[in-house]
Amino acid sequence: METVLELNAVVKRFGDNEVLRGVSLSLHRHEVVCLIGASGSGKSTLLRCANLLETVDEGSISLFGQSLLSPHIDPDLVRRHIGMVFQSFNLFPHLSVLENILIGPLHALKRDGDEVREEALALLERIGLRDRADDFPDRLSGGQQQRVAIVRALAMRPSLLLLDEVTSALDPTLVGEVLDLLRDLARSGTTMLIATHEMNFARDVAHQVAYLDHGVLVEQGTPEQIFVSPRHEATRTFLDRVR
Amino acid sequence: MSLEQEADALQTPPRLFLPRRRQLLIGRRGLVASTLSTLLVLGGLVAVFYLAPGGASVRFFFFNPHHMWHSFIGDPRQGLSSVGRGLIVNIWIFLVCEVLVLFFGLIIAWTRMSQSPVLLPFRILSTTYTDVFRGIPILLVFFLVGDGLPALQLGFLSNQSPAVYGCMSLTITYSAYVAEVYRAGINSVPHGQTLAARSLGLTHYATMRRVILPQAVRTVIPPLLNDFISLQKDTALLSIFGAIEAVRAAGIYASTEFNFSGYVVAALLFLILTIPMTRYTDHLIARDRSLRLAAA
Repeated sequence: METVLELNAVVKRFGDNEVLRGVSLSLHRHEVVCLIGASGSGKSTLLRCANLLETVDEGSISLFGQSLLSPHIDPDLVRRHIGMVFQSFNLFPHLSVLENILIGPLHALKRDGDEVREEALALLERIGLRDRADDFPDRLSGGQQQRVAIVRALAMRPSLLLLDEVTSALDPTLVGEVLDLLRDLARSGTTMLIATHEMNFARDVAHQVAYLDHGVLVEQGTPEQIFVSPRHEATRTFLDRVR
Repeated sequence: MSLEQEADALQTPPRLFLPRRRQLLIGRRGLVASTLSTLLVLGGLVAVFYLAPGGASVRFFFFNPHHMWHSFIGDPRQGLSSVGRGLIVNIWIFLVCEVLVLFFGLIIAWTRMSQSPVLLPFRILSTTYTDVFRGIPILLVFFLVGDGLPALQLGFLSNQSPAVYGCMSLTITYSAYVAEVYRAGINSVPHGQTLAARSLGLTHYATMRRVILPQAVRTVIPPLLNDFISLQKDTALLSIFGAIEAVRAAGIYASTEFNFSGYVVAALLFLILTIPMTRYTDHLIARDRSLRLAAA
């Protein structure tokens, strides 16, 4: 299978604080990898490094075999191929739902307006929010906002999606609708790197699960390997605590 | 006290009434009280004004209806400029400076917040600029520009009218203030908005233009209006270069007729200009706060 994203011995420091300590990870086409680990273990930082929202101190990152840390790389072009969804949605409050989805394709990809509009409406149809296209984000529930944020990322037709604890800020009753959408995407073959605290979801959806502890990727394997028979003590302790 | 005793103490109903003295100020009696106190304070101020030893001469020299009207309309035959017409000059200067200040302020804020390595010298310059001109009294800027530029003998720059030097001084000073207002507005937009926009592959410029600035504008309007109220008043400083605006016209009237009522007329005219703006600004601030409360 074609490798989409590859991280090799990535080190990231904030001052004296080493947040990522030589993390290596690869993501293949149509693959879903879930990152698990306690808050502060470096999951978010790893995702942000992957689309160059953070600079990397050591190691290498490549997308489709091209090194992203080369000085000749244009980060804006890289990010157009990598969708990102945030814990706190970060929809643009001054734009309608439809405009939120259109802004990337129109102003980053400079695509034709009518065509993009059709696609955006089709995406909204898919998540059952077509009739809310002209509403502003603050009129929507948290779950609806997060689904719009996912669709906003999808509208760029990214090669992969990075999802940063996308259900952590949601009311428990609204988590389901967002996870259902992600399951749906996984089934249709979307390549995703998902940082999550939802263990059952990770178990269902992931092809690979990686456990991150204080910036170290302790263990990686299939959901069975990680959840049923973890090899490392640290993984076992973590899983016992979250269950 | 034992726990049981404390629990018992809670059983007796607590006192919930206002003290008797404050009960007198409830409802209609409260309205009566506020009316009385207003009348008393205003009446006191008027009484002081009328009974002061020099009250009569102040009324004659400052609040003389005949002189107020005369200075307002002016009289070209006696060489008296009209304070009313002078105010039109103030309004013109205000409008011109307002546009310039909005423009230069944005440029300064933008360069100060830019990230390109090429713009580093401009970044340092704009930071120094805002520090310097927010720190120098505007009167000194007027002297530096109005006396300094002509002395430089720079041809075009040194041969302008007092009004132009005045506009330059106002623009120089207020651009520094307004740049800071813009910057505060831009900083008030949450960082997540920038992250979201950049993660969509929008450039720094597109992020600013499509995401950050439209949100910053809303928070920036009330403080901008505040600065414009000051700008409107400070147009009076042009009088020191001899530009015939409202205050200068009142000054001419005062020195010719030996009566200062023209100054009071100018003050009233400035109030007529600024009060709607101050009221509107307060209204916007209140509305913004209630919107934010509703959103939270």
